[in-house]
Amino acid sequence: MMANAAPLLAIRNLSVTVDTDEGEAMILDRASLSLMPGSIHGVVGESGCGKSTLMRAILGILPKRGRATEGRILLGDRDLLNVPLAVLQNEIRGGQIGFIPQDPYQALNPVFRVGTQLLETTRSKAGAEGRAEANIISLLKSVQLPDPEGALDRYPHQFSGGQRQRLLIAAALASSPAIVLADEPTTALDVTTQLQILKLLRGLAEARGLSMLFVSHDFGVVAQLCDTVTVMYAGQTVESGPVGRILAAPLHPYTRMLLACHPDRGAALAGIPGTVSSPLRPPAGCRFHPRCPSASPECENALPPRTKHADHQDVQCVLYRAEAEA
Amino acid sequence: MTGARALLEVEDIVTLYGGGRKFLGRPRPAVRAVDGVGLALKSGEALGLVGESGCGKTTLAKTILGLIRESAGTLRLDGKTVSGVSVRQARLARTTIQYVHQDPGAALDPWWSIGHALEEALRIHGVTDKGERRRRVDDMLEAVGLDSSFRSRYPHELSGGQQRRVGLARILVLRPQIVILDEPTSGLDLSVQATVLGVLDGLRKRLGLTYLFVSHDLSVVKRMCEQVAIMYLGRIVEMGPSEEIFARPRHPYTRALLAAVPRLEPGSLHDTPALPGDPPSNSTAGDNCVFQTRCAFAVATCAQVRPPLVSVGRQHTAACVRLDEIETVAEG
Repeated sequence: MMANAAPLLAIRNLSVTVDTDEGEAMILDRASLSLMPGSIHGVVGESGCGKSTLMRAILGILPKRGRATEGRILLGDRDLLNVPLAVLQNEIRGGQIGFIPQDPYQALNPVFRVGTQLLETTRSKAGAEGRAEANIISLLKSVQLPDPEGALDRYPHQFSGGQRQRLLIAAALASSPAIVLADEPTTALDVTTQLQILKLLRGLAEARGLSMLFVSHDFGVVAQLCDTVTVMYAGQTVESGPVGRILAAPLHPYTRMLLACHPDRGAALAGIPGTVSSPLRPPAGCRFHPRCPSASPECENALPPRTKHADHQDVQCVLYRAEAEA
Repeated sequence: MTGARALLEVEDIVTLYGGGRKFLGRPRPAVRAVDGVGLALKSGEALGLVGESGCGKTTLAKTILGLIRESAGTLRLDGKTVSGVSVRQARLARTTIQYVHQDPGAALDPWWSIGHALEEALRIHGVTDKGERRRRVDDMLEAVGLDSSFRSRYPHELSGGQQRRVGLARILVLRPQIVILDEPTSGLDLSVQATVLGVLDGLRKRLGLTYLFVSHDLSVVKRMCEQVAIMYLGRIVEMGPSEEIFARPRHPYTRALLAAVPRLEPGSLHDTPALPGDPPSNSTAGDNCVFQTRCAFAVATCAQVRPPLVSVGRQHTAACVRLDEIETVAEG
């Protein structure tokens, strides 16, 4: 699968810190991932693992007191951490990269008509109003919204949660982006609606040749939708590879334990002992070592190297260092 | 089932919201949030009440608890009728039923220590001896897997999983028989969820509790409950032992709901058909099947009669007029 292609979007050793009243919190610790052209890449991890910060870093909308201290975000051969703000605003955000937010109930302004809000996203970029409206209507058709012409005159409360998410997907696609970032777009929805939206996203990605970065806490959703996946723990990207491979043969102890917590696996109600460490005082080296059953003293010394395995699976764990050197 | 009498019997409960007519306004139809629901909860059993948002599961739970007065129907607790009375009376008659909030973090007062919050419940319920209150609180903290050092802590110092346990302890310290758990794991990470479910399961066995487990998460219900009731738009469409329902769902809605749960199977998206559209408004419900607008098997009859729950197996019932035909189609 896409063996030799260059990634469309590559994050390399990205560290992000946020200044807080209690000191500096390192939210991302040398995180890396690659989004291949035409594929859907899942980013999976529990709350607070830094997956939303990763999204924000790509879009250049980190919180005020946050900054990237290390690493690169490569879109083609451009480093998004170094491009001028004007380029970021005019070409990247809502241009080459579209964004689907998490909560469809909050992302639309309740006092404006849907048409006004959707046209606003394209107007600032494109111009020509009549064409913009026709464009939006055809987009609403492609996201299978019932009565697309009438939708523009209605207000957000007149749509159900699933329909609102369709509106936001249409908004993300308005600039014909090559990459779409989706931040837990189905978490606020019921399972039957979630299934509708997942099928829609998959269909759109295939029809338009989109590449998508899909953030979720739900391994099941990622398994169904994504081609490849990166697993995050406490700001570190611990493992990545094709979804089928990671599900069948997870290498990192955290990935294994996380999968064992899934109701489809694990007969006993186990959980992972301990709690996630605070980013204010993260453990040195591999951040999972205080909870890891296979931890050894060297886990504390330094972040383990990323080792490559069969089928483009790679993992950041000392257990596999020997294989890397061989 | 025939042997042990049910601890709680719910018969044809209807709960309406709104309706009536405003001054000089047009009459508005009432929303039938719960529309003729019957179920029975046996002592020591866990019953899962499953459905999507807006199906009326929380309204049903609050009606059973006595916070909302039922518009019709009967509730019997331990053989005694406890329905048909005011909300105040109902709560007094149903003190053995207690309710654990969806988000106990929000339900705990941030200015009160955990010990204070837990003891308050006992004070309200008439435990005047200070020593006994302390002892019961300590015992309960231990039972939910915390220890007495938590007594002096404040809610913001606890993790999400610990807050759930405190929320649970606060209810269990009152020694209820029936505990209504409203989405006890929503918003928790899987690794934390597993621990909380373990605590819930252990407590039920140890204290002989009966659970009404309200959830939209089928995998959790499958794991925790012996019995399941599936709700759609105010009605129970299918009910029975979990093993039966998860292995052999009969109602078209149950089938669609089970199929929509994300599984750890790569690429299973293509093979799963999605339900079309959204649920309609439940003010329109009448003598018809509420699911017919989205059902692939709907025929003219579905719009004309309200299908009763009929037996389809041991203690397994489903409300659909075309059960046999659907079975043939699904297997063929």
